[in-house]
Parts: sequence; structure tokens; C-alpha cells
Amino acid sequence: MTPRLAWRLLPPLAVAALLVAAWQAWVTLAAVPAYIVPSPRLVAHTLVADRALLAASLGITLGVALQALAVALVVGVLVAIAFAQSRWIEASFYPYAVLLQVTPIVAIAPLVIIWVKDTHVALVLCAAVVALFPVIANTTLGLRSVDPGLRDLFRLNRATRWQTLTRLAIPSALPYFFGGLRVATGLALIGAVVAEFVAGTGGQGAGLAYQILMAGIQLNVPRLFAALVLIAAAGVVLFSCASLLAWLALRHWHESELPPR
Amino acid sequence: MSAAPVLAVDAVGHTFPSGTTALTGVSLAIADGEFVALLGPSGCGKTTLLSLLAGLAAPTAGSIAWWGEPLPPPGRPFGYVFQAPTLMPWARVAANVRLPLELRGSDRATAQRAALAALARVGLAEFADAWPRELSGGMRMRASIARALVASPLLLLLDEPFAALDEFARNRLDDELSHWWRDAGFTAVFVTHSIQEAVFLATRVVVMAARPGRVIADLAIDAPFPRGPAWRASPAFATLCADISRRVAAAAERAA
Ligand SMILES: Nc1ncnc2c1ncn2[C@@H]1O[C@H](COP(=O)(O)OP(=O)(O)OP(=O)(O)O)[C@@H](O)[C@H]1O
Ligand SMILES: [Mg+2]
Repeated sequence: MTPRLAWRLLPPLAVAALLVAAWQAWVTLAAVPAYIVPSPRLVAHTLVADRALLAASLGITLGVALQALAVALVVGVLVAIAFAQSRWIEASFYPYAVLLQVTPIVAIAPLVIIWVKDTHVALVLCAAVVALFPVIANTTLGLRSVDPGLRDLFRLNRATRWQTLTRLAIPSALPYFFGGLRVATGLALIGAVVAEFVAGTGGQGAGLAYQILMAGIQLNVPRLFAALVLIAAAGVVLFSCASLLAWLALRHWHESELPPR
Repeated sequence: MSAAPVLAVDAVGHTFPSGTTALTGVSLAIADGEFVALLGPSGCGKTTLLSLLAGLAAPTAGSIAWWGEPLPPPGRPFGYVFQAPTLMPWARVAANVRLPLELRGSDRATAQRAALAALARVGLAEFADAWPRELSGGMRMRASIARALVASPLLLLLDEPFAALDEFARNRLDDELSHWWRDAGFTAVFVTHSIQEAVFLATRVVVMAARPGRVIADLAIDAPFPRGPAWRASPAFATLCADISRRVAAAAERAA
């Protein structure tokens, strides 16, 4: 581990340790009952005790979120490329992208679940809708943010539309795309959880949302907390993966990923 | 070469959509093999004229012909050195220099060989694998010149390429540019603020004035080539510079 990475990791870990310590102290000192707020120790204990159940559910939820993210990235990038080709296409269709964004997923999820026979596919679709917009918005902005001098250089050398797209617009858009990706990872996870809540799938296909729902009904608050912790941890890990990808792609040239002087 | 001039600029004017008139009534004929220096104060429309000459924009008045044709011919590459280096930050120096060749369909190995040769000419051979951000401002400018030279253009347009450099580096690059021009035999249009630089390099100096941008003088510089430091130190050079500077001042007074 490089000293730089250590510097990136240590401060947030220290904050986490402090928060957990404060939580443990508060629960112990104020004698808060476990069915209101369980102590960190109890949550950790539950995580271990219920690991088979929770791991299976985590796998389901992560699967939905990752597939939704993949769909959102492919569709979002293609839509953004179409938008960048012509102002007319963008002006005609952008409002519908916004419409999709502002419509609450809880409102349309029941419909999607009715329309699409396969529940898993329905969940992926709902989560993908949630994650789609930042990919479209950021990538479109990026594809349009090309240095005018470089654009002239390409025109001067009679670059084809395809060459201009692949060698100029797409590289220029990468920093923006990765900004969108970071937001989209979180949204895909949120979308997956919300869609699971609406679908209420139990049994074999039970995700973390279902465990939270059931734990709430059964007043099994430690398990509810354990499921929450897993969702949060999954979100952090997904976000870190997106950041790692951004770093790998941009570290040599983009200001956002350059080491400090 | 055909009899038609490389560039025939006929009563060209350019007004931007914002309403600024950058150029009016510019007429120029530039013959094959000339080295023309465009000299003028900041804001007199030099960059605008150069972009019209490159076919990047169409003039709002008058017309331009390239080798007698109304459009820049696709087969005859231009080199264009922008006022800023304009390198792709995501590509290494050699990949930046290869670009004009690759866009024209050269295979990578051929383009790489030509890029390394062009980089060697501007003294950046050992920086082929560097990232643009790892170069100094002057080195970036030289990389951008290498990129303009790589496709062996018939017409090279340069927009104050050495303005950001110190005087020693500028003089050295002027010396080298003069040699490249003589060796390769391209036609050059070189924008500059510096009377000395114009007189050193050019076979002809075109003086422009501002508001609106126009040509106020067109002078041949008849000194023989090759030109080197001896030319820069000669009394004839000093006389020419003083003469041009007098004309520029007089024109500015008449305009005021
Ligand atoms: N894109 C533009 N839109 C509107 N006005 C412009 C634009 N580009 C240049 N101008 C105007 O045209 C005039 C000439 O500009 P130009 O860049 O050609 O000057 P220049 O001679 O190259 O100056 P410098 O030596 O400072 O580079 C200026 O008055 C400028 O304000
Ligand atoms: Mg200029």
C-alpha cells in the first residue's frame, strides 16, 4: 500500500471508528433497548450469526444493482452519443430523459412489475431507470465539451465523423462520464432496493430490502440494522470501484486524478 | 507547380455574429514557395485571417481561392500551428504528432516513424513518450510545430508560434524554421507581433492595422538565404526593421 493510498483511507476509517465508538457508548450509557437501537456489537454479532441468509440476499441485491448499472451505462452512453450528433435529436428527446428522471420510481415500479413477467428483469429495469439519467446528462455534456482548437485541428485534417467521435469527443467526455458513473453506482443500488420493496419478492429471490421488510415486521431490529450496514457497505464498495476505474482511465492526463505537486 | 497562386485572397472581409468586424477589404496573392509574415498589433484580425486561409470559416465578404480552386483541396494538407499548443492531453507526445497522418489513413508504424523524425527536428526526440502536461510551455509549442510539419504540408500557417518563448529560444527556432522552409519548400504564412522576427524569416512582410483589420503595407524582403545569426546582426537588417517600424507608426497615426 502506497503512502498516498494510506492517506486516502485512514481519515475516513478513523471517522468510522469514532462514530461506532460513540454509538456503542451512547447505547450502553443511556441503556437504549436493542429493539430500538441495537449496539454495534450486537449488529456485528447478527451479521455473523445470520451470515448465510444475509449473504444470499446481498448477492441478489448486488446482482440487480450491477445488471441495472450495466444497462444504464450502455443505454446512457448510446443515448448521449445520439444527442451529441445533433442538436435536434437532443432538443427533441432530452425532455423525455428528464421526465424519466423526475418520475418517482416507487410510482412506476408496480406497473413495470405487472408488465414484465420475470420479476428479476422487472427489478433490473426499475433500477436501471433510476441510474440512467446521470449517465446521459454527464456524457452528453462531456461529448459537447471538446476543446474548439482540437475540433479545428480535426476539421483541418479532414477527420471523418467516426474519427472525431472516437479520437476526440469520447476521450474529452471521459472525465464527465466517470462523474456520471459515480453517481449512477449509488443510484443503481438505491433503485434495486426500492424496486425490491415494491415487488416484495420473498423466498429464493429475497434481496436485502425483503430482509429489512421482514425484520421490521418481526421487530428483529438487529437484523434490520445488519441489512442496512450491508447495503451501505455495498454502496461504498461500488463507489470505490467506480473511483478506481476513473483513476485508471484518467491518471495520466486529467486534472482530477493527477497527484498533487 | 501550377501557375495559380497558392492563395488568392480577394477583397475579404469578416464580421462575427456578435457584430465585430475583424477584417475589411483584404486582398493578397501568395505564390508558391513564399514566406509571408503577417505583422500587426493585437486584435487586428491576424488569427481571424489565418483561420479563413485554413478554410476553418468562410469569409462574410469577398472570396479566397486555394491553388485556383474555391475550396481547400483535400489532397494538399495544411499545417496549422495554433496560437496555443492545442495538444490532446490524453495522448502521449508522439501520438499527438502522429494524429494528422493517422487521420489521413496512414498506418501506425509509418506515422510513428514520421512523428519521431518530426520530433527530432524540433529537438524533442527524447520526449516522444512523455505526456503533454510533462512538457514546458515552449516544449508544447514545439510539439505542436512537429505535428504541423509531420504531414509535409504544402502550406504551413503559423499563429505566433514562438510568442511565448524567451528570445534565445525564439531566435534558435526562427533559424531552424528558416532552414526547414528552405529544405522542404513549403509556402508559409507566419503571424507575428515582432518586426525583427518578420524581417528575419520572411520573403515578404504584410503589415496590418486594427479596427477594422486591414492591410496597410506589403513589403518584399530581398535579403538572400540561407539567413542565420549573421543576417540578424547585419546593418541591412537593422535598417529594414527601422523602416517597417516607421511605416507602422505612420499608418497608426493616419488611422488615429
Ligand atoms: N469568435 C469571435 N467572436 C467575436 N469576435 C471575435 C471572435 N474572434 C475574434 N473576434 C474579434 O475579432 C478581432 C480580431 O481578433 P483576432 O483574434 O483575429 O486578433 P489577432 O490579430 O489574432 O490578435 P492577437 O495578436 O492578440 O492574437 C478582435 O477585435 C476580436 O475581438
Ligand atoms: Mg491571434
